[in-house]
Amino acid sequence: MRKLIRTVFLVDLLQGLWVTLRNQHPKHIYTEQYPAQRPKVAERFRGAPRLNINPDTGETLCIGCNLCALACPENLIVVGTERDPKTNRKVLTTFTYDTSRCMFCGLCEDACPVDALELTQDFELASYTREGQIWDRQMLEEGPRPTQYRS
Amino acid sequence: MAGSTFLDSSELVLNMGPQHPSTHGVLRVILKLDGEKVIGTECVIGYLHRGVEKIGENRTYVQFAPYVDRMDYVAAVSNGLGYCLAVEKLLSVEAPPRAQVTRVILTELNRIASHLLWLGTHALDIGAITPLFYTLREREEVLKIFEKYCGARLTTHAFRIGGLQYELYDGFEEDVAKFCDMFLPKVDEYEELLTDNRIWVERLKGVGILTAEQCKAYGVTGPVLRAAGVAWDLRKAQPYSGYEQYDFDIPIRQNGDTFDRYIVRMEEMRQSVRIIRQALERIEPGPIMAKVPKVIKPPVGEVYVSIEAPKGELGYFIVSDGSTQPYRVRVRPPSFVNLQALDQMCRGALVADVVAIIGTIDIVLGEVDR
Repeated sequence: MRKLIRTVFLVDLLQGLWVTLRNQHPKHIYTEQYPAQRPKVAERFRGAPRLNINPDTGETLCIGCNLCALACPENLIVVGTERDPKTNRKVLTTFTYDTSRCMFCGLCEDACPVDALELTQDFELASYTREGQIWDRQMLEEGPRPTQYRS
Repeated sequence: MAGSTFLDSSELVLNMGPQHPSTHGVLRVILKLDGEKVIGTECVIGYLHRGVEKIGENRTYVQFAPYVDRMDYVAAVSNGLGYCLAVEKLLSVEAPPRAQVTRVILTELNRIASHLLWLGTHALDIGAITPLFYTLREREEVLKIFEKYCGARLTTHAFRIGGLQYELYDGFEEDVAKFCDMFLPKVDEYEELLTDNRIWVERLKGVGILTAEQCKAYGVTGPVLRAAGVAWDLRKAQPYSGYEQYDFDIPIRQNGDTFDRYIVRMEEMRQSVRIIRQALERIEPGPIMAKVPKVIKPPVGEVYVSIEAPKGELGYFIVSDGSTQPYRVRVRPPSFVNLQALDQMCRGALVADVVAIIGTIDIVLGEVDR
């Protein structure tokens, strides 16, 4: 009997509709208006790589130890170093990072002993060419410059 | 031939996929039809094959960890846990208690996220669009916790061999507790939308029946097995990562049809919340990383470790030859094994039911093809 009433009066459908109606309230809107409204990613977000420089001297923090290149599962980091003839120390010359193959696992930043290489909160990595995905030392130090849109 | 007509030419071979939206990826199912009735199916897989097992032979143990996330990408944390446990067993180390509790919390959150995605897409296949929006909204909260914890939302790489890389962030406990409080009423809301809905019930009840014997014969695990009335859950059967300390039930149902699998998964989400709440009280200060050498070189040997992933038994078989790289990594993915039962479930069903049955197995093609 109860089942008959439920069937005739479409109780199950109305029940579902009531849930839908409850969720119509504007406070349930979750859409982000992306280019105008920029998402705030978490502090630990693993995004675009950056090669940190010492803010006081403007010199790179990288010591050219090659540990990041060894840690990388995809072998996409190439560190170029040369010996300074005066101090006899390794000096960083080139640093390339192929973001097109990167899977942002964070193993390189874990391996870095001096916190020079870091995955930052920048997440806009699109590029018009494949070559543009391969970042050189200058790009890594300056970071990406995505277009900022305003609503 | 069952139910054949007097015209043999009515038999029709139809390709479903690999671009069909409700095959959940790139699965091709060759359907042999008699009118609207399915008389046989054949799965063609491999469209997403990336050779993960072979990649494992060319990476060190640490380097391979991010790749396992990319197999079952909606439950990346569970994959990572299984792999880390396998290598830890090979090394005979155990993660410290704080790391174990954190692992339990994150894997259970991931189970919820995986089931939510399953529920949304399954309902979408059947024709109910609304639940997808709601489930993705709640899944977003889980992904936010993952992002805050380890910096990635989907392919998390949250665990390392021997413990954790990242310390819990400030406010982790509050975030998780808040999610648990928010989430339980939402499960009731989904049930309100679907469980009594006559279209939902008509489409799912009695569709794709797999009995307990058939499940065992095919090696099917996870919610599919539990919906057939077998209380087999590796978290209870072979506890790992401290699951024996938690109090939770294994939801089972008896009919083994698509509707029962839906009910089992809904109940599993509630049980996951129960586990998370208990785990939150167990977080204690302490180290998060066991003593693991910098260069991981396990002794010669082989190990098989399986865990209860959201989709079923996820096993890792690792052979070590004593070097820094595994000699062989074999993955026993739940989706691949469960998919083998598709033919059995589809026989005699209608074409429209095939969509429901593929949805109910909860496959991720990244894991089927690896």
